[in-house]
Amino acid sequence: MKRRAASAWGPAQAVASALLGVFLVLPVAALFTTLTWSDFLGGLDNPLLLPALKLSFLTTTSSLALVVVLGTLLAWRVTRNPGRLSRLLEILSQLPAVIPPAVAGVGLLLAFGRRGLLGGWLDRFGVGVAFTTTAVILAESFVSAPFFIQAAIAAFRRVDENLIVVARTLGASPFRTFLRVGLPIAAPGMVAGAAMSWARAVGEFGATLLFAGNLTGRTQTMPLAVYTSMESDLRAAQALSIILVTVAFAILFVLRRVAAGRALPGTEVRGA
Amino acid sequence: MRLCLGLLLGVALYARAQPARELTVFAAASLRESFAGLGKQFEGKHAGVKVLFNLAGSQELRTQIENGAPADVFASADHKHMQALVAAKLAADPKVFVRNEPVVVVPKGNPAGIKGLQDLPSARRIVIGVPEVPVGAYTLKILDAAVKKYGADFRARVEARVVSRELNARQVLAKVGLGEADAAIVYRTDAATAKRTVEAITIPPDVNVVAEYPIAVLAHAKQPELAREFVALVLSPAGGEILARFGFKPGGGE
Repeated sequence: MKRRAASAWGPAQAVASALLGVFLVLPVAALFTTLTWSDFLGGLDNPLLLPALKLSFLTTTSSLALVVVLGTLLAWRVTRNPGRLSRLLEILSQLPAVIPPAVAGVGLLLAFGRRGLLGGWLDRFGVGVAFTTTAVILAESFVSAPFFIQAAIAAFRRVDENLIVVARTLGASPFRTFLRVGLPIAAPGMVAGAAMSWARAVGEFGATLLFAGNLTGRTQTMPLAVYTSMESDLRAAQALSIILVTVAFAILFVLRRVAAGRALPGTEVRGA
Repeated sequence: MRLCLGLLLGVALYARAQPARELTVFAAASLRESFAGLGKQFEGKHAGVKVLFNLAGSQELRTQIENGAPADVFASADHKHMQALVAAKLAADPKVFVRNEPVVVVPKGNPAGIKGLQDLPSARRIVIGVPEVPVGAYTLKILDAAVKKYGADFRARVEARVVSRELNARQVLAKVGLGEADAAIVYRTDAATAKRTVEAITIPPDVNVVAEYPIAVLAHAKQPELAREFVALVLSPAGGEILARFGFKPGGGE
């Protein structure tokens, strides 16, 4: 009995890998193989494409910048000042990752909408957030922040405490220590985290639809343009999907290369 | 810190820095092509004006407007959602600008062999609208009316075949166009936009409903003057001609 189980172990792995591999690749392959060139070029003519591409680029770079700048400071604080507050901050910062995007959209609307917690107050100053490009950026930041923060905390945790003590005793200010010791060592992990966070922001759909709406040129990002073009023309939706997947792959690839390149001089040893 | 502030400021500035003359029209999904035509004509007559469309189920648009979405004009596919906005003082003086007719649609070639409304229960997979979207509400009304004609359990037999309830008429239509559904109920004008992929079957008038589309300028319109002019164009003979080209019937103004 034991022998038979052992002899099935190898094939089981092979079959499982093959099944799962095909299952994960098939939808992406179908995107690329079931479309003729003329259909694809026709899809590029879709009037939704250019505004959506521009908007996705603008909003995701904005949300990434927000998340990276604020998230880096939060992650550094959490790792350098361990304690109950830091623990709480770390847990709270992971909350959006387990909240379904549609729920995030409802929450954002209840917080920043016209009748929302903050929104009602903002409205009095004539600042409307919901259903604007700002809302898109907020939705993307909300759902993507956990990915970067988690990676940044993990990266900062790997920075040797002794290096920081040495830097401080040599007279470097806390800020200089962060800038010249903490950041360079943590950079590869942070870049990888930023890439994941960016990918999540690019794909954001549910929270954006609920909190920012679906207005071409203003709040209609690429995923919403795919959803909208499905209503009129599957081929157009497919062409938009191909562009989205290709751009996402390209940028992820470049970011990974950057992360790998930066990891080479000495830092890889530290991670081990 | 300065960097953060700069970023936030940049984000805020971007959101505010919009060209002065943009007209935002929230319109029922079934108005996609006809309103695109009207928008073109409007832009042609008003130099420097850009018309932006938000096309979705009327219920979605209504919720967005209630939650402060910046919009100038609302064109709904039924009275219910327009009246809700009027009652909330968010819209005033709606006018019916077109009428539309629900039809049964089937994929080209009609694989389930559906000849009329009475055959819906023999479709394997039916897609309809959610009860909140006008096309879904009309569908339920039609099924209820058909009970007298096709038997007390007709609605239940149809609903037993429903595999999805979609958020707007175009999402319903798309499922039939893809061949994923054997039958659905959408507007005749929707079916006309997808002649290559779907066939329309008329619903007997004694069980059918007439869909009335009201349009109104919104109370919080940023461009009230342009909004009034756009509504005037939609109600004008020239606008009616464009709408008629896409199969809409004249509205009558009330």
